[in-house]
Amino acid sequence: MNTANIDVVKLKGYKKKKVLNRSIGGTIFIFLILITLGAFMLLPIVYAIVTAFKPVNEIFIYPPKFWVQNPTIANFIAMIEITQETWVPFERSLFNSVFVSVAGTALYIIIASMAAFPLAKKKNKFIAIYYQVVVLAILFRPEVTRTPLYIIMSGMGLLNSYLSIILPILAGSFGVFLMRQFMLTIPDEILEAAKVDGANDYMVFFRLVMPLVKPAWMTLTIFTFNSLWNTGDTQYIYNEEMKTLTAVLQSISSAGIARAGAGAAVALILMIPPIVVFIISQSSVMETMSHTGIKG
Amino acid sequence: MKKQLAENEYSHKQAYKRKNIWSRNISTLVFMAPFTILFVLFTILPILSAIGLSFTYFNMVEAPSFIGLDNYIRMFFDDDVFLISLRNTAIFAIITGPISYIISFMTAWLINEFRRSVRTVLTLIFYLPSLAGNVYFVWTYIFSGDSYGFLNSVLIRTGIISDPILWLTDTKYMMGVVITVILWLSMGTGFLSFVAGLQSMDRSLYEAAAVDGIKNRFAELWYVTLPQMVPQLLFGAVITISTSFAIGYESMNLTGFPSTDYAAHTLVLHILDIGGVRFEMGYASAVAVFLFALMLLLWNVINKTLSKWL
Repeated sequence: MNTANIDVVKLKGYKKKKVLNRSIGGTIFIFLILITLGAFMLLPIVYAIVTAFKPVNEIFIYPPKFWVQNPTIANFIAMIEITQETWVPFERSLFNSVFVSVAGTALYIIIASMAAFPLAKKKNKFIAIYYQVVVLAILFRPEVTRTPLYIIMSGMGLLNSYLSIILPILAGSFGVFLMRQFMLTIPDEILEAAKVDGANDYMVFFRLVMPLVKPAWMTLTIFTFNSLWNTGDTQYIYNEEMKTLTAVLQSISSAGIARAGAGAAVALILMIPPIVVFIISQSSVMETMSHTGIKG
Repeated sequence: MKKQLAENEYSHKQAYKRKNIWSRNISTLVFMAPFTILFVLFTILPILSAIGLSFTYFNMVEAPSFIGLDNYIRMFFDDDVFLISLRNTAIFAIITGPISYIISFMTAWLINEFRRSVRTVLTLIFYLPSLAGNVYFVWTYIFSGDSYGFLNSVLIRTGIISDPILWLTDTKYMMGVVITVILWLSMGTGFLSFVAGLQSMDRSLYEAAAVDGIKNRFAELWYVTLPQMVPQLLFGAVITISTSFAIGYESMNLTGFPSTDYAAHTLVLHILDIGGVRFEMGYASAVAVFLFALMLLLWNVINKTLSKWL
């Protein structure tokens, strides 16, 4: 009797666990899918990294080999030499990219968060319509509005400036949408309590709301930094000195297979900052989420 | 069950409909002014000016002159390249849009089963192609048309083909190649949104569902996860539409500009060609307006379908 009871309890526990923890066959299936998909995603990247360290004779070897036999940094030297030939030092293009990405990201986080605050916490007809426009505008990325943007840029005398890269990103509504969605999760009671304590709207925003939505602006940092860093030739800039490293890469790799090695070297360098930003922000997002628990 | 969950959400929403927490209206203005000014100048104005200019002839030198609907008529009756690029854009959008949307969601759903650390690594791996941005040029080595090309050499050595295939210039293969690369790049913003959304889902819902007799994970996905994910799914749809209709620069960097016989030409590239190269701004604007209309139409359809269906 006793043992039977225990068995039933065990069985029940097992059954319940099985439902929650899924079947074994399905788990193997999931692993297979993930491995295949992961290989498809990862292998070209690995190939790009490996190619950056291949000496010229290995790039033109037949049959081509995936891995590098005699790794060399010759491609990185060639890359710097090629950029010197175009009269613009490598450091200058690198500075352009870093400046545009860091300044643009910081500005966008502030501007988008400020706009998102009333959109999340104010209720009236104007706000409702504004929000609809913001959502719709996510559809229109700068690529599709490039021609009219060019006319506006040239009319405002913004061609050949860093602003021509930053402003279209700052005008994007995606970040506002993202911040607004996160700010919805802040309970009104907290804001009301701060008001009772004598805080004005600006203090509430900077001291209370911004720290609470840190995961959101960390996430937005990833996206904004990434799109600024990967902005290549926009046509708004024809002065070589003002072009970003990505634009330089595009011109090197469009020179064809002859510069394949140097192209891979620039690509490798370009890859590093977005990945670093992602890893830093991602861990912070996780950490903040687990500590604050504002979503739960 | 769905209904019950919907009711939960409703009461959640009501909690936000409280009294006004704002001390002054002026602060709203201050908060919204910087973004609004930039948004109007660099997002709304380009769209409006494109609409205005689409009825004109404008070459950036002389003032625009009104020509009525000529640009739109020319588009459909006097521009074969437009029709090719419209067809290609449609093919790209129809194939890569849904596939990348579904792959992104399913992958996010699958990796959600893992521990946090494993999940972070997997998220990074799948997001890496989008993150690394311009690294997709590596595909030009893989698809290189001579026997030095990685794919060609593998196929020749295994005896599947005897002569190298001109992947990037043969009109038969170009679309396939570009679609492959687009799919490789497809796990971007939407994917991250799905991952984050699934992560923040209330675990107790799953337990409750298990008690209520949800038998397997697909039933759980259908009855518990998807209804909870509607906001993220809608957001993913916006992102997917905006990326799949903006395809062009990837195609340009892989197959050249313009590509052989315009076989991988898209609307975005056509706009670039007319506006950026030939400076026919009026006509370029008309094509852009057509593209906007197409995207809006599709968004409306998807928005209505998704919100009704779930």
